[in-house]
Amino acid sequence: MAKPTRQVSLELDGPVLVEGPVDLRTPDGKVVHSDRFMVAVCTCKRSKTFPLCDTSHRRKVRDDQ
Amino acid sequence: MTILDVRTSGLPAARGPLSEAVAEVLREPAGTALPTPGDADPLGADLQLALALCYELHYQGFPGVDPRWEWDPELLGFRARLEALFEGALRDRVSGGADIAGEFDDLLVEHLPGSGLSHHLVADGTWEQMRELFAHRSIYHLKEADPHAWVIPRLSGVAKAALVAVEFDEYGGGRADRMHSRLYADLLTAAGLDAGYLHYVDHVPAATLATVNMMSMFGLHRRLRGALVGHFAAAEITTGPSAQRMDKALARFDAPAACRFFYTEHVEADAVHEQVLRHDVVGGLVEAEPELAADVVFGIQATDLLEQDFADHVLGAWNSGGTSLLLPL
Repeated sequence: MAKPTRQVSLELDGPVLVEGPVDLRTPDGKVVHSDRFMVAVCTCKRSKTFPLCDTSHRRKVRDDQ
Repeated sequence: MTILDVRTSGLPAARGPLSEAVAEVLREPAGTALPTPGDADPLGADLQLALALCYELHYQGFPGVDPRWEWDPELLGFRARLEALFEGALRDRVSGGADIAGEFDDLLVEHLPGSGLSHHLVADGTWEQMRELFAHRSIYHLKEADPHAWVIPRLSGVAKAALVAVEFDEYGGGRADRMHSRLYADLLTAAGLDAGYLHYVDHVPAATLATVNMMSMFGLHRRLRGALVGHFAAAEITTGPSAQRMDKALARFDAPAACRFFYTEHVEADAVHEQVLRHDVVGGLVEAEPELAADVVFGIQATDLLEQDFADHVLGAWNSGGTSLLLPL
């Protein structure tokens, strides 16, 4: 039986959602494993938990200026 | 008013005639008569505690309380009158509408400088204030994800499958030691607090009880499934950044690893849950039942309203140099 096709969703100005479990290999050779059912992969490079999304891509508005 | 002792009766101390009446009848066999709520404050401590007592019968119950009370018609009728007041008060205070995308857009923008509880704690909060917040949130987090489980059979298709996937994650992906409620118990123990279920119910004010009662009300009524889903999405969208600030504050206090892990797990989990909730759960629900859009918006706005009330209470107490709890820890 053919393996089911893995679903990957690309969020506009947000993370890429990949079905877990997954191993994420970063440019510095590190491997980050996540066995969550869905994994949000950072694309904005601002995440403090890169390569995982931490919502740092969100727009910030200063209300005091 | 009789002050009930939670340690001997297993029931919280009453805070007025409604909560006293429920606590009194729960000591009796199911079927005992109950009063009418009259003009009780819908967001006040008495009504909120009475409602919490009624709802708890559907969760873990109370030791020594006749389990038949859960489906006692008299008590359900009493609860319905409390709920009508509570829901009415929420609807009166939200702006309404049916623009789900607009509501989400608002939540997805981070306003600076922030003024919420996590902003306060990370900037100049104390460890004692952090422990107070732990006690407040224990009322919910020790039953984390349970109120949302009620909605599962009321959904179908994409919305149902996606919500169950998020719930599975909340329940530790099948591992009891990774359940979010268990991670919170670990946090409480590490912070030197009692991890007993509802242990701090006598400590917390109406504003804390209302945040949890809202989830139970939305979850237990199929009619309010849109509101439950809207609430869940709003909560998952807003907890990511606040969990990150909580972790930063905990690092500042050199807090135990178990305290920090609860929040770092939520930073990572909620970044995913937010996406799944917005696209698949809310998106799937309104595609199947477009007429529920206004209820989704109600759930989002009611969550924001009660979280703001809660933050106002806690920060108000702290800013005047006091405690946000009714009893010392």
